[in-house]
Amino acid sequence: MARIDVLMPQMGESIAEGTLSKWLKKLGDEVKRDEPLFEISTDKVDAEIPAPAAGKLVEIKVQEGQTVPVQTLVAVLETDKGAAVTAVTAVTAASAAAPAAQKAEPPPSAPVRPSPPPSVPVSAPVAKGDGTETAEERLRRKSTPLVRKIAAEHQVDISTIPGTGFAGRVTKNDILGFIERAPAPGAAAVRPSPPPSGPVVHPTVEAWPGDRVEPMSKIRKITADHMIQSRRTSAHVTSFFEVDYSRIAELRVKHKASYTERGANLTYLAFIAKACAEQLRAHPVVNSAVSGDTIIYRHDINVGIAVALEWGLIVPVIKHADELSLMGLSRAINDLGERARTKKLSPDEIQRGTFTITNPGVFGSYAGAPIINQPQVAILGVGTIEKRPKVITLPDRTDTIAIRVMGMISMSYDHRVVDGADADRFLADVKKTLQEFPEGAV
Amino acid sequence: MAEITYLEAIRQGLWEEMERDERVFLLGEDVGAYGGAFKVTEGFLKRFGEARVIDTPISEAAIVGAAAGAAHMGMRPVAEMQFIDFISCAYDMLTNYVATARYRAGLATPIVVRGPCGGFVRGGPFHSQNPEAAFFHTPGLKIVAPATARDAKGLIKAAIRDDDPVLYLEHKWLYRRIKESLPEGEEILTPIGRARVAREGKDLSIVTYGAMVWKSLEAAEQLEKDGVSAEVIDLRTLLPLDDAAIVATVKKTNKLLVVHEDTRTGGLAGEIAARINEQAFEWLDGPIMRVTAHDVPIPYAPTLEDFVLPQTEDVVKAARWLAAY
Repeated sequence: MARIDVLMPQMGESIAEGTLSKWLKKLGDEVKRDEPLFEISTDKVDAEIPAPAAGKLVEIKVQEGQTVPVQTLVAVLETDKGAAVTAVTAVTAASAAAPAAQKAEPPPSAPVRPSPPPSVPVSAPVAKGDGTETAEERLRRKSTPLVRKIAAEHQVDISTIPGTGFAGRVTKNDILGFIERAPAPGAAAVRPSPPPSGPVVHPTVEAWPGDRVEPMSKIRKITADHMIQSRRTSAHVTSFFEVDYSRIAELRVKHKASYTERGANLTYLAFIAKACAEQLRAHPVVNSAVSGDTIIYRHDINVGIAVALEWGLIVPVIKHADELSLMGLSRAINDLGERARTKKLSPDEIQRGTFTITNPGVFGSYAGAPIINQPQVAILGVGTIEKRPKVITLPDRTDTIAIRVMGMISMSYDHRVVDGADADRFLADVKKTLQEFPEGAV
Repeated sequence: MAEITYLEAIRQGLWEEMERDERVFLLGEDVGAYGGAFKVTEGFLKRFGEARVIDTPISEAAIVGAAAGAAHMGMRPVAEMQFIDFISCAYDMLTNYVATARYRAGLATPIVVRGPCGGFVRGGPFHSQNPEAAFFHTPGLKIVAPATARDAKGLIKAAIRDDDPVLYLEHKWLYRRIKESLPEGEEILTPIGRARVAREGKDLSIVTYGAMVWKSLEAAEQLEKDGVSAEVIDLRTLLPLDDAAIVATVKKTNKLLVVHEDTRTGGLAGEIAARINEQAFEWLDGPIMRVTAHDVPIPYAPTLEDFVLPQTEDVVKAARWLAAY
């Protein structure tokens, strides 16, 4: 029998600890590989954690309600010896029996590779005395100096990359392909490369008598670091446009009831998200990311919506926002916002955004200059929407002051890749889409 | 532009240097009246006379010793070993005397010791050797090993003009097999100490020299059909090694296969592997591999010679393995 350690996983970047909220299996239960084993709750998300291998739950080290750092031993599974154990978490072993030395043959499904030339002795990997890993697992974990260097540079966990080398070894092409495909920091295994000036250090400030000093919550600390990092990384410029929402206001009045009947809330934000999603397709540079000396034009349009919570800020992401109708977007915004407030978002739902909308206007802000949500290159701020006097020109060319529903939109963009002209064209098109919003699309 | 053989290229190089500089002269066994065992120096006696084309007794030590003395007196001798295997008879002169002269006495010894090396010609143990490793280990010498007709000419001329003793290893299997059109009227000089990219590739690097350049290029052709892109580096100069070129190709492909016809133990591949380990360890995406002759003398039996010497298929096999690593 082999014993498999189950560790507290790292859920998303910058999360250092998790609370075991519920055990889904009892001591002595048999579990299948990938079967939910327990639930955890972190600052950002709640999630079910699958068993890393099939086996029997023989030890529970962390009780419900306990908060422990990531990589803490949570439980121990006992498996049949020889079963292919590919735990995501680290595998250590205590049993005495070591498997016989095995030759590093590629798996049968792999393309046929010649055995080494006769004059090239390839020593079969010999398992350590206390090990229960198969030779294949050991090879899988081994990596070449180059792959390790690349992994360190990009802060990638090699064990999460599918390998195509001998016995699943991660090759140069594997890791480069992996990094190319998943350059966003959202992907669990990839962290953003540190900004040129190193890790964020917040200067210390003297506290005066009577002050209250309390440590930052994790979400506060992440936000603080990310904001500084973004300021360091991107060349922020902000453009402001005034939008006449009078037509949207009419459409809202007209269709609000039917949306409510169908359980959705027709908000200005939904219209704005719709207009942005549509225009991002036409302005790909606004939907891009900067990676070294390259520009990644994102294929998907995933719009993040900043949600202010009592305990901080979170940005759930609407995937493929351009493929959703106004109804679909309204539902997604309501749903993600609600689940953000109740801490029911999965890690996946806060990752892979390509553009962000933040809505400080709900608190009355006229307009803002938001900070870009890295590694995106643009963020749209929505100012408060209210009736204002507006000079309009009548068909007979006389000017008059009318009462219109007006609001500012502002966009901070990364001038490294988005020029003022690009940003303003995008904003002008968003404005036009809003002011001429087709009734058929509601 | 006429197409000339590797052998003709050596002959032209010698001829041009003798025409250019009257200090250059030839000495060796049968280099004069007979024109050399492989006819490299045919016609030289007639053109340059007995003072500059000297038939010597059968004593490699005497040939190298005489050349060294003449060099100290201001001459530019080119000594031929009828087969490079017999350079071992001159080992003492080369290692104890010639290689140390500059260090001991500040004496330049501008000699060239040239001779046919290598197998694939059913020559047996005394006429197939590759003696570079012994001299590679000798500070004070330079060693060149051309693979192409152009470099055969360019390196013999550069070797003659070099102020240090240069061993010029000409591969007898290439003598009449390799043909190339060389521009007439253009001075061809191959810089000593500089390798050449014989073929560009991206998946792995084959670093080699001499006849194995051609076997490696053949292997690269075959590998291409499997989708493996092999870069082939022709070292041309073995001592001093072109570290920059070897490191550059490793940084490019991240995998290194060293191929040489010389035997394995103590061969150049070991030194090259050590240098890459020191200078480019973090660029490696696989172990440094070697394809070499087996550690035995070259057999007389053709089938055994074929087995002992590295063949194209051996290079292909090792490269496939390394590419998939």
